[in-house]
Amino acid sequence: MRYALLICTDESAEMAMSPEEGQAQYAKYMTFQEEVGAAILNGARLRPTTDATTVRVRDGEVLASDGPFAETKEQMGGFYLVEAKDLDEAIDIASKIPGAQQGSIEVRPIWDM
Amino acid sequence: MTGDWDVAEECTQDAFARALETWPRDGVPRSPGAWLTTAARNLALDRLRRAAVGASKLQQVATLATEDDSDDAEERDVIDVDDSGVEDDRLRLIFTCCHPALGLEARVALTLRTLAGLTTPEIARAFLVPEPTMAQRLVRAKRKIRNAAIPYRVPPAHLLPERTTAVLAVLYLLFNEGYAASSGADLVRVDLCAEAIRLARTLTELMPDEPEALGLLALMLLHDARRASRVDEIGELITLEDQDRTRWDREAIEDGVDRLDAALRREQPGPYQVQAAIAACHATATTAAATDWVEIAALYGALARMIPSPVVELNRAVAIAMADGPEAGLRAVGVIEESGDLDGYHLLPATRADLLRRLGRHDEAATAYRQALDLTTSDAERRYLQRRLDEVETAR
Repeated sequence: MRYALLICTDESAEMAMSPEEGQAQYAKYMTFQEEVGAAILNGARLRPTTDATTVRVRDGEVLASDGPFAETKEQMGGFYLVEAKDLDEAIDIASKIPGAQQGSIEVRPIWDM
Repeated sequence: MTGDWDVAEECTQDAFARALETWPRDGVPRSPGAWLTTAARNLALDRLRRAAVGASKLQQVATLATEDDSDDAEERDVIDVDDSGVEDDRLRLIFTCCHPALGLEARVALTLRTLAGLTTPEIARAFLVPEPTMAQRLVRAKRKIRNAAIPYRVPPAHLLPERTTAVLAVLYLLFNEGYAASSGADLVRVDLCAEAIRLARTLTELMPDEPEALGLLALMLLHDARRASRVDEIGELITLEDQDRTRWDREAIEDGVDRLDAALRREQPGPYQVQAAIAACHATATTAAATDWVEIAALYGALARMIPSPVVELNRAVAIAMADGPEAGLRAVGVIEESGDLDGYHLLPATRADLLRRLGRHDEAATAYRQALDLTTSDAERRYLQRRLDEVETAR
């Protein structure tokens, strides 16, 4: 089974981090990735929503606008695509993501096409 | 003298039901010493694993996860068949149905459908929702089990304590649904109590080393033993004190006390065991006056440490009042009032009112009864409070 682990955190708190705190957080993610190893198929950290553009097509017209598609308290700041035996294993991996300590991780099974 | 106790009893159940709603969402509190030791856990697991599981049996039960249809006979066959391996299957099924990734309502419905064998219309009636709503709820739950790959197994040791708590929570909720409705005319809901007891009994057989499962079974039996005497012919609530104790089910009480003793021997106390112990204090008192309130107050103290809750504190205050007098009870109520945790909760002024009444402070009691009347939403409680208000107003 493949799952997307969507890391949702308060990005303003992350933006407010000192360089040292940022480094420490980065190191935690590296440790996590080493620990989980091959189960991680892919993943990325996303730039903040201030850099986001939302695109819609209405009546054939492309409408691009500034910002995320929804204003929420927590924003998706990154994700992992993982291979896990079942939901419990996916939950176990999700619980080890450093962002789970402050924010939350949404575990979404991948729709196999 | 007073009907404090039943009010208090109802509010403990209320508190517990609330805890059960929040635990699955916010996580189970880490209550020190309350859970299985590693040794007991491993013992339980060994015992479970010894039973050989036939591959075909597994295949059959797996239909739960693969069939979207809410009404297939196969599920029920699996549950009714009684040969080796089935018990193990059934335990897996309990853990799958009660997985925290499913919504609480879905867990309860799924448990009734797949473990108790109730039909979808029956479950819909029991929870007072339209049949299509319940059918949809079941379909969605099964779909999630399949699509999110919720495992069909007894959880590994490190997950077992909290997952077991989740299972017990579902069974207790089931019981409460039935018990709270026992003043109504809907017999289907009363049946929920019987189902919950049956499932808890099964769980204790499957997990003989889990004292909280025994504690929960004991708690249910002890409450259920008093069911017949809880309401009068016209459906009015009869307080514990005024209940006809000869109508209590002696056999069920004995059974409950035996289970509780078996649980306590394991020396791993937990919230269900403590609540069962409180229920046992009441069920074994030959008269209302013979009730051991000192013991009950101490038990509520223990419960409050395990599941910190202002409602449990309120119960403790009532027990203190019964043990040490209304003034001591009022002081305890005062502490809760100052915390503001129960603002807007009708049983807080109702408790204060009853204590004041017993002290003969009728004016103050009347004020508190009026506050409680403003806050309550239940007709039965409103009638009870109004009766008391009339009493103190006449006594002035």
